[in-house]
Amino acid sequence: MLGKSAGGLYWMFRYLERSENLARLLEAGFRIALTRSSAATSEWQSVVATAGVTAGFEAKHDEYTGANVVDFLLRDRDNSSSVRAVTDQARTNARMVRTALTREVWEATNECWMVLNQILQRPIRERDLPEILSVIKQQSTLVRGTMFGTMLRNDIYNFSRLGTFIERADNTARILDVKYYVLLPSLSHVGSSLDNVQWETILRSVSANRSYRWLNGEDINPSSIADFLILDRSMPRSLAHCVQEILVNLNQLAVAYDERKPCHECAEKIFEKLDKRSIDSILASGLHEFLKNFIQGMSELSSQIEQDYRFYS
Amino acid sequence: MFGVDGKVREPYRDYHNWIDQEDPAQLLKKSAEAETFFRRTGITFNVYGDAQNTERLIPFDVVPRVVSAREWSRLARGIEQRVRAINAFLHDIYHRQEIIRAGRVPERLIAENSAFEPKMIGVSPPGGVYTHIVGIDLVRTGDNEFFVLEDNARTPSGVSYMLENRETMLQMFPELFSKIPVQSVSDYPKNLRRALARSAPRACGGRPVIAVLTPGIHNSAYFEHSFLADQMGAELVEGHDLRVIDGRVAMRTTKGYTPIDVIYRRVDDEFLDPLNFNPDSMLGVPGILDVYRSGGITLANAPGTGIADDKAVYSYMPEIVQFYTGEAPILKNVDTWRCSEPDSLAYVLEHLEELVVKEVHGSGGYGMLIGPTASKKEIARFRKLLKAKPGNYIAQPTLALSTVPILTKAGLAPRHVDLRPFVLVSPESIDITPGGLTRVALKKGSLVVNSSQGGGTKDTWVLDD
Repeated sequence: MLGKSAGGLYWMFRYLERSENLARLLEAGFRIALTRSSAATSEWQSVVATAGVTAGFEAKHDEYTGANVVDFLLRDRDNSSSVRAVTDQARTNARMVRTALTREVWEATNECWMVLNQILQRPIRERDLPEILSVIKQQSTLVRGTMFGTMLRNDIYNFSRLGTFIERADNTARILDVKYYVLLPSLSHVGSSLDNVQWETILRSVSANRSYRWLNGEDINPSSIADFLILDRSMPRSLAHCVQEILVNLNQLAVAYDERKPCHECAEKIFEKLDKRSIDSILASGLHEFLKNFIQGMSELSSQIEQDYRFYS
Repeated sequence: MFGVDGKVREPYRDYHNWIDQEDPAQLLKKSAEAETFFRRTGITFNVYGDAQNTERLIPFDVVPRVVSAREWSRLARGIEQRVRAINAFLHDIYHRQEIIRAGRVPERLIAENSAFEPKMIGVSPPGGVYTHIVGIDLVRTGDNEFFVLEDNARTPSGVSYMLENRETMLQMFPELFSKIPVQSVSDYPKNLRRALARSAPRACGGRPVIAVLTPGIHNSAYFEHSFLADQMGAELVEGHDLRVIDGRVAMRTTKGYTPIDVIYRRVDDEFLDPLNFNPDSMLGVPGILDVYRSGGITLANAPGTGIADDKAVYSYMPEIVQFYTGEAPILKNVDTWRCSEPDSLAYVLEHLEELVVKEVHGSGGYGMLIGPTASKKEIARFRKLLKAKPGNYIAQPTLALSTVPILTKAGLAPRHVDLRPFVLVSPESIDITPGGLTRVALKKGSLVVNSSQGGGTKDTWVLDD
């Protein structure tokens, strides 16, 4: 496969994943704004911080209102991480790698782009937001579904999956990092109802509130939330699960190409830092430090993959 | 669909019987469906100079154009003859130039032609094929009377529309195809792959590695480039994916650099190799021409092929066909006045209101004057242009073009069409796909069918006997 195509696939799926995660993040923010108007401003602020676009937002808007944040994260093309911008990017990449995609995956991506362009054309009214966010998630899910259903399990598939999981791991880590103070045992003595709502948001932003309850009942406490989102491999958006999938796909590439590369070592190292760790030891040694290292590690892994498989040169 | 006598022409009989029974409202609904289908599959072309970089659909008309088996076989013979002559002409022009020595075409036709590529002098392409992929534009003026309007021997486009138009028709009107025997066009990608593989260079070790070279996703024909690569199972590459290594052209893959044997290039000569042609080009591959000359790669079509499809050369095609095949041309040329010749220029200036004037190197319907529908101002402007640079122009009479019906809101209505059949040439064979791209002028009375000028397309049916 062309290096360019591998890179195109990788980024196409990173962008699609990002669009879905943004929708989820906004959903959580919106929920808080509805239920607790007093906390809304700081909640919107943290949504923007989690998306990693604080500087861009503040350059454009003076106030963290729901309307501003929604517009910036969904529609603003000046924000290269907005849903609209990443959907454009995903589709451009899909066009570039079209010969590597099945007709179904291409059409689903094209359709996703057409539908989202349509619904994001005009500023979004508050009452339409839930519906729009659900369409965004649905469209991204459709692409993933056609991929599962129609693509060969070869290097094309592996590069696509790597894009998905690196983006997802990065997202979950960012959500945790922005909220780490509500998970810290040392601060949790605050124990107010605010924290409970915040914990709930964290779970909601990764679509995990139901599955968390299913596993843990009503016992919502910071360390078990952190455990769930960092170490539980059965949770498809946890760091451990993402890293495990990254390893699986990298190993399949190593077998198919009959060659191990530096990115394999890099991924193993990240995996070792998660494997057999307890959440207590992670919290004790500093959650923020841990997450910062993890995000840094993901970014290094990403550039190593890029280099090893000649995406650009 | 109808002859001069107002009766249904024979090839259209079955189709006419069918459409007569159809509810016009249903047909219009099908038209809208077709548009959704094209939009969803992303069959679009990019419009240049548009700030939004808009992708547009080429309008599709659901009424097919029908050609009888007999008509087609005569056409196919004429096309084959012409394509043979074009390849022989190209070889000759870059070698001994017998046709010039014999005084059958003037030397300046070649010497002053910007499409002539001096770097190709003495170079013989692998398998002797210069133009592997050819599109011949035809118009019908009467029963069994076809004229060649233009030869496209460098980079003919539109074949993806031929294939997708058929695909769309099959999806929308499956019942029609069980009633009417239409020859299939779907082998085209397979045949293209085979023609390219058979033209592999000496350096090719085993199964030829084939790639389509595109200028990139912003090119207006990018859809076609990716479509063809996909259908052939070839790689779709851009210049920056390629590099010359050890005398071969290699592409950068996830496993390192892998040599390519055959490139179906959709990049113009000028941009193909910054070391040998335009030094500012970012689209090509530095040194690719040197690899080509040493037999390390096949380029389809060969550089310098444009000398054969130039509008000035076109006017000599009857002589060219005669010279290389020793036969009378089966397909006619449209009478052409070369404005470079003083007598012709005088005639053209006298009769501008009746003529179509075209730029010799123009394409896509740009830079032309259609006398009968032009304003006084336009005619005056062309008069100036002609006087300033006569060698830049040719002129042709407006033909009494046949029409084909399209579906409009008011029902069927006649419109002018042309037809571009596609030809594949390999060292062993010439293969003509039964059908082609029918382009149709959507505006009433218009003669301009180019998609860049608002023309549309329709499916072309060659009937089976």
